[in-house]
Amino acid sequence: MTENSAPVIELAGITKRFPGVVANSDVHLEVRHGEVHAVVGENGAGKSTLMKILYGMYQPDEGSISVDGRAVEFGNPKDAIAAGIGMVHQHFMLADNFTVLENIVLGAEPTTGLRLDFRAARRKITEISDRYGLGLRPDRLVEELSVADRQRIEIAKVLYRGARVLILDEPTAVLVPQEVDALFANLAELRSAGLSVIFISHKLDEVRQVADRITVIRRGSTVATVEPRATTSRELAELMVGSELPTPETTESTVTDVVELAVAGLGISADDGPSLLSDITFDVRQGEIVGFAGVEGNGQSELVEAIMGLRKPDTGTVVLGADDMTLWPAQDRRAAGIGFIPEDRHRQALLLDAPLWENRLLGWHVKPPAGGRYWISPRLARQEAAAIMADYDVRAPGPETLADALSGGNQQKFVIGREMSTKLRVLVAAHPTRGVDVGAQAAIWDRLREARAAGLATVLVSADLEELLGLSDTLYVLFRGRIVAKLDPSEVTPKVLGGYMTGAVTQDGEVGAQDGEVEG
Amino acid sequence: MTRLLGWVRGLAPTLVALVMALLITGVFILIIGEDPLAALGALFDFGDSPTAQANSIGVWINRATPLFLAGLAVSICFRMGLFNIGVEGQYRMATVVAAGVGAAIVLPAPLHILVIVVVAMAAGAAYAAIPAVLKTTRGVSEVISTIMLNSIAVGLAAWLVRSPFADPDLGSGETAATREIDESGQFPGLNDLFGALGLEEPRRPVHGFVVVAIVVGVIIAVVLSRSRFGFELRASGLNAMAAAANGISSRAMVIKAMLLSGALAGLVGLPDLLGSAHRFQSDSFVAGYGFTGIAVALLGRNRPGGIALAALLFAFLDRAGPRLQSEGIPPAAVTIMQGIVVLSVLIVDEVARRRLRRREERRARAEDPTTRSEEVAS
Ligand SMILES: Nc1ncnc2c1ncn2[C@@H]1O[C@H](COP(=O)(O)OP(=O)(O)OP(=O)(O)O)[C@@H](O)[C@H]1O
Ligand SMILES: [Mg+2]
Repeated sequence: MTENSAPVIELAGITKRFPGVVANSDVHLEVRHGEVHAVVGENGAGKSTLMKILYGMYQPDEGSISVDGRAVEFGNPKDAIAAGIGMVHQHFMLADNFTVLENIVLGAEPTTGLRLDFRAARRKITEISDRYGLGLRPDRLVEELSVADRQRIEIAKVLYRGARVLILDEPTAVLVPQEVDALFANLAELRSAGLSVIFISHKLDEVRQVADRITVIRRGSTVATVEPRATTSRELAELMVGSELPTPETTESTVTDVVELAVAGLGISADDGPSLLSDITFDVRQGEIVGFAGVEGNGQSELVEAIMGLRKPDTGTVVLGADDMTLWPAQDRRAAGIGFIPEDRHRQALLLDAPLWENRLLGWHVKPPAGGRYWISPRLARQEAAAIMADYDVRAPGPETLADALSGGNQQKFVIGREMSTKLRVLVAAHPTRGVDVGAQAAIWDRLREARAAGLATVLVSADLEELLGLSDTLYVLFRGRIVAKLDPSEVTPKVLGGYMTGAVTQDGEVGAQDGEVEG
Repeated sequence: MTRLLGWVRGLAPTLVALVMALLITGVFILIIGEDPLAALGALFDFGDSPTAQANSIGVWINRATPLFLAGLAVSICFRMGLFNIGVEGQYRMATVVAAGVGAAIVLPAPLHILVIVVVAMAAGAAYAAIPAVLKTTRGVSEVISTIMLNSIAVGLAAWLVRSPFADPDLGSGETAATREIDESGQFPGLNDLFGALGLEEPRRPVHGFVVVAIVVGVIIAVVLSRSRFGFELRASGLNAMAAAANGISSRAMVIKAMLLSGALAGLVGLPDLLGSAHRFQSDSFVAGYGFTGIAVALLGRNRPGGIALAALLFAFLDRAGPRLQSEGIPPAAVTIMQGIVVLSVLIVDEVARRRLRRREERRARAEDPTTRSEEVAS
């Protein structure tokens, strides 16, 4: 092993500029052997940029990097990997139709002579999986796997290349609480094996739970490195923002009697195996937020797609106000005033290689004034994009900036702004605050409450239980494609909710039943 | 103003690529033991007499027009990541049908031409609908189906011209052809215009259809940048999944793009048909515009303006073929040079994009870190 005196990573005076933006200015970061080091900061503070610099994807304009006390320069990720640094990105980069084994090996193909040596690779992967409790099955196709599984593959991929320092950019944003615990158990294994982990997250409680030390970045500069035991989440948040956080307002119910969205008997069968959705029935009234809890992969995506018209249900109806829109194409549903915040912003919500003003039009390009039945107006779209950027605090140079150049949280804020700056009747929101910082999260929650007060009917799918409990007027739990519980969010605790979500508890009070009978 | 600057900057890499292509072709000509400078001279040689020069210009225009239309047709599909290799077959079908229908009817002049144009576009679109339907209903790759349909089109057109559309007055020994289109269905040439401009009149007809092509190009440019359809096309090309999630049906887009592409392809054969041939005959039909159109669309980077320049360039090189031959240089040199131009443009373009990005970063570095530092201070 290496000598443990020098920090394994030391970043000093790192500065990085992009057109119109200073992403990092004079950042200092020190990571010790065998430590989990958290990096926190607002959206666009420069966390991902800093990590990409450490991983050789960007070259710093100023400053130095040392590994084990030796100064290094990384021209590309290959150099960083050779120095024992690996990164799992904010947005995964796996090839769907490849197996776990192939994905891990891709780019670091094992060879004996000229032939690929998959036997040795398989052995090594099994060894890594066992040592750190990753539970990988090398021959599964990646497209069949859950998000948490994919993440473990990304981690294994990095370990396979011999990383001693792992960078995880917002790994928990996509996980439900149970999966987060499992991830933290994996991190503990890594730590006790002497590896170091750099961990980015916006969930401050979680950060304090898992990190040995925390570095706070604000507007591109380091403001402090603190011990989690000596700092509260609130203090952390204030360090990030540089001012006190507003206390979230308490809200009274704004639910009316007018049913805006009625879903009845919705069912989607799978090609093989159990149905993806069966007998889903619920109403959303004007001024109501209806939340759906569930472990990812229990029918949430299918439900959202069925409401948006992206997937044809086999049974059941979806009714908007007085109109049965079960057979409407997706375009007509958007035009009728249904807003959509999809779960995967890169795949479903954005044209990354297009400027923000074109992204403003996406989904709303038939809606005047900027859009239209036959013509679009780039000029108005630019104006509207600028307005969204101002209203939703999207930090980017301007409407001409490519969506790809925005930080993850700012992309999300832009999508929220796009959907909510149109007069909506129904909003279908999947993980609306995924990847946004605490300040922006509070702001988005306020927006959702305001819209609710103005009569919006909202369907909310989220992995964030705090969000579900805090916003929903009615809460359903999805398990294996069925509604297994209807709960009052003001009375249920996260622990009980977790029980329903994993199927351990059903509403009849039976424990361990497979398909609890549905109420209401 | 900034737009103009952007244009110039966008053009610079292409010019670099052109010079590169010239140099590489020069080396090639050296290798086969000929004189590159003589070749260069031949390339820019428009002839000695005023008539010869006017002829040259006429040939250039006649060649560029169909190439432009073919490039335009291909580019519509390219924009959404579809490969319509079938422009070749589509314009052959469209031309033979338009020739047949055009010869069968007599109408007042502008109307006659209009009908022929509409028929050609409809025929092209109909032939392009086949791969579109195959793709959306059966998942058949449009690359494969359009290539197959190109072969089928050759046979089909040969049959059409022999049976239903055949000119009954032709003797048995003569090559099959459609009947000649009545004078009302012939597009006036630009030859008089040459005279009006003080030039000699070219000896062969200069196809007036170029005017239609320019109008079509302008319309397409507006449609692509300003219309709902243009946006949907671009969105589908950039991120098909996001487009679908936001209500842009990819099936509908495949069909629309293929139909429009086919309709444009239908125009490719018309300059010649309406301007000088006036009938379809398998032997004298000019084939190959559909394939060259792919290169033209690539070179023009899918933008109507770019495609126009690319078509002019390709036609310019084509025109020089016979002259090069008289210098002892094989006409294949022209094809090779066209290939090199496309390749070097694509390569230079990529390099330029990276350099531009780096320069922007450097410029940002040189500027005071205003945007952020002010905010930090507050
Ligand atoms: N490739 C790029 N080109 C231009 N600007 C960029 C690029 N990448 C990042 N930026 C800008 O740099 C700043 C920092 O972005 P970064 O992605 O590092 O933020 P972050 O701290 O990871 O935020 P988040 O929590 O939202 O993910 C942002 O203002 C962003 O717009
Ligand atoms: Mg980030």
